[in-house]
Amino acid sequence: MTYSYDVQAKNFTRAGAVSSEFKKELKKLNLPSALIKRIIIALYEGEVNVVAHSYGGSITCTISSESVIITIQDTGPGIPDIALAMKEGFSTASDEVREMGFGAGMGMANMKKNSDSLHITSAEGKETRIDLSFLLTFEEGT
Amino acid sequence: MSTSFKHSLYVDRESCKGCTRCMKQCPTSAIRIVQGIAQVDPEKCIDCGQCMAVCPHQAITIKGEQFNTIFSYTRRVAIIPSVLIGQFDEEVTEQMMIDAIYDLGFTDVFYAEFGIDILRTLGNHISVYSDSLPVISSYCPAVVRLIQLSYPSLLSHVNLVKTPSQITSMYARSALENEGVLPEEIGIFYISGCAAKVAQVLNGPSARKELMSGTLNLDTLVNMMQPLLSKPSRSDKPFAISHPLPPITSSSFLYSVTGGESAGMSGRKMAIDEIHNVIEFLDLVEDERLSPVDFLELRACDTGCTGGILTVRNRFCATERIRYSGSKHPEELPPDVAKRITERGQDLLYHLKSERLTSKPALSLDENPIKALKKLEKAHAIEQILPGLDCGLCGYPSCRVLSEEIVQGNTSIRSCSVLKMNSPETLNRLEKIWGSLPRTIRDA
Ligand SMILES: Nc1ncnc2c1ncn2[C@@H]1O[C@H](COP(=O)(O)OP(=O)(O)OP(=O)(O)O)[C@@H](O)[C@H]1O
Ligand code: SF4
Ligand code: SF4
Ligand SMILES: [Mg+2]
Repeated sequence: MTYSYDVQAKNFTRAGAVSSEFKKELKKLNLPSALIKRIIIALYEGEVNVVAHSYGGSITCTISSESVIITIQDTGPGIPDIALAMKEGFSTASDEVREMGFGAGMGMANMKKNSDSLHITSAEGKETRIDLSFLLTFEEGT
Repeated sequence: MSTSFKHSLYVDRESCKGCTRCMKQCPTSAIRIVQGIAQVDPEKCIDCGQCMAVCPHQAITIKGEQFNTIFSYTRRVAIIPSVLIGQFDEEVTEQMMIDAIYDLGFTDVFYAEFGIDILRTLGNHISVYSDSLPVISSYCPAVVRLIQLSYPSLLSHVNLVKTPSQITSMYARSALENEGVLPEEIGIFYISGCAAKVAQVLNGPSARKELMSGTLNLDTLVNMMQPLLSKPSRSDKPFAISHPLPPITSSSFLYSVTGGESAGMSGRKMAIDEIHNVIEFLDLVEDERLSPVDFLELRACDTGCTGGILTVRNRFCATERIRYSGSKHPEELPPDVAKRITERGQDLLYHLKSERLTSKPALSLDENPIKALKKLEKAHAIEQILPGLDCGLCGYPSCRVLSEEIVQGNTSIRSCSVLKMNSPETLNRLEKIWGSLPRTIRDA
């Protein structure tokens, strides 16, 4: 089961729309709420990063009986130093983005913390692709 | 799955035209139009009253007690919300209203929000029983039920303190029994301004100490009070006695209007009213996106309980009146009232906390996630075929909901009127794939 969504750059009024849509779908599956929470927190951070830092892109979410796989793909400008971007507190957010309440530099760390695996492909001037996966366990506490 | 939750709303089959307005308005997609008549799914309804507010045919009504049932008791206690005071304009004084309520046949009158004063007197501060921050108010029963159905992960945030009217009711019972009145002689009636509080009483604790005898609809009571209020004032009738005003503090008087509860909470707090705003905030808390706040006051109705479906007066005017009347009440309870509360302390102290809330997930397609996923895939495939107009002609609030109901075996793709009209051949083909008759009918 795959869902595809488009994400527009700089449209902060829509930032979070994908994660809230996908949350509604996950809630139909009677998954542990702690698992849903992890997925949505990570997805939200990825979505906002596309809005705030990229030229726009798309997100696909695939649910299978083993996992939820999320692919966040944008159209550039890329992340020059991935390890640095992953660091808590590192941010290149513009003043405009900071005024919207983002830019604490916690997003990527949050994605890492909440997912079971995170893989980033990017380089300066290139597209960024982030693959997140979450194993479906049915015993997670609520 | 059967439900034991009793709802307060019912649809009058004679008046309902099946116009779909209520179905489109319902924030939890609880309404279906079945054979031209609205039907409420008891598993999904939160008794918010939105459907009733938009029904152009007054086909949705609330079960209240027949007024005469109060006369089955010798002591007839009215628990009135301060919202009642807001229903009249300045010409009608609070004293006139209270006298009118006694004239109707009540022997004792309490303000529902007096429960807050009881709580303060017994605990010195407003008790908070919750495991996580932000603490979410448990005052609005529509919000509590919404959390149980759709936000089970937030249950640990809900403040498990009894509501003011429940506490007032316990106090009234304890005080009367202490006077020597027999338990079966005491009838306690809550005057409700909304569907959610009626349902709350219907499903309330059955422990004798806490039992309310029933609810009366606020609009009915306001209508009954009218003729008594237009009578010449009591000063012209030397023999008529004026009853004492029920005690309450000014801050408690404002408790049910937006901001009234959070005003008494310490730390950072927010007051959110109207059901869509509430849903937005529950999502923010659930996704850990709300900036640090200690307390959330959430009310299903716009402006708080003055926006309740059983109120009669413009909610803004009602709110202003409540604020004005509230300012006339003292900041502290008179010492004799406080003393009476303390004397009843033993009866009340161990009953201030409400029962732990359980989740009642209403969103999942199947209890088993694997099966639910299969159903979701199937529903998704069906949705691709549906016209996506969300016209409601099928009796379901959206094409997505229809596709899920087909998968659940509750209806067939034949119920899509648009497909039937535009491409009957396709429909025949689809019917072969997705099944023709609702399973429920087939199995019968
Ligand atoms: N999709 C992206 N394209 C380009 N650069 C990105 C992208 N995502 C993240 N970055 C870079 O990585 C940095 C760190 O991202 P992170 O999400 O951790 O913090 P932030 O977005 O700056 O602030 P916060 O997420 O706390 O609001 C960003 O400031 C930005 O420079
Ligand atoms: S009361 Fe609210 S939740 Fe219940 S059917 Fe009406 S609109 Fe839906
Ligand atoms: S806000 Fe008040 S009136 Fe409205 S549903 Fe909740 S408790 Fe009832
Ligand atoms: Mg970020």
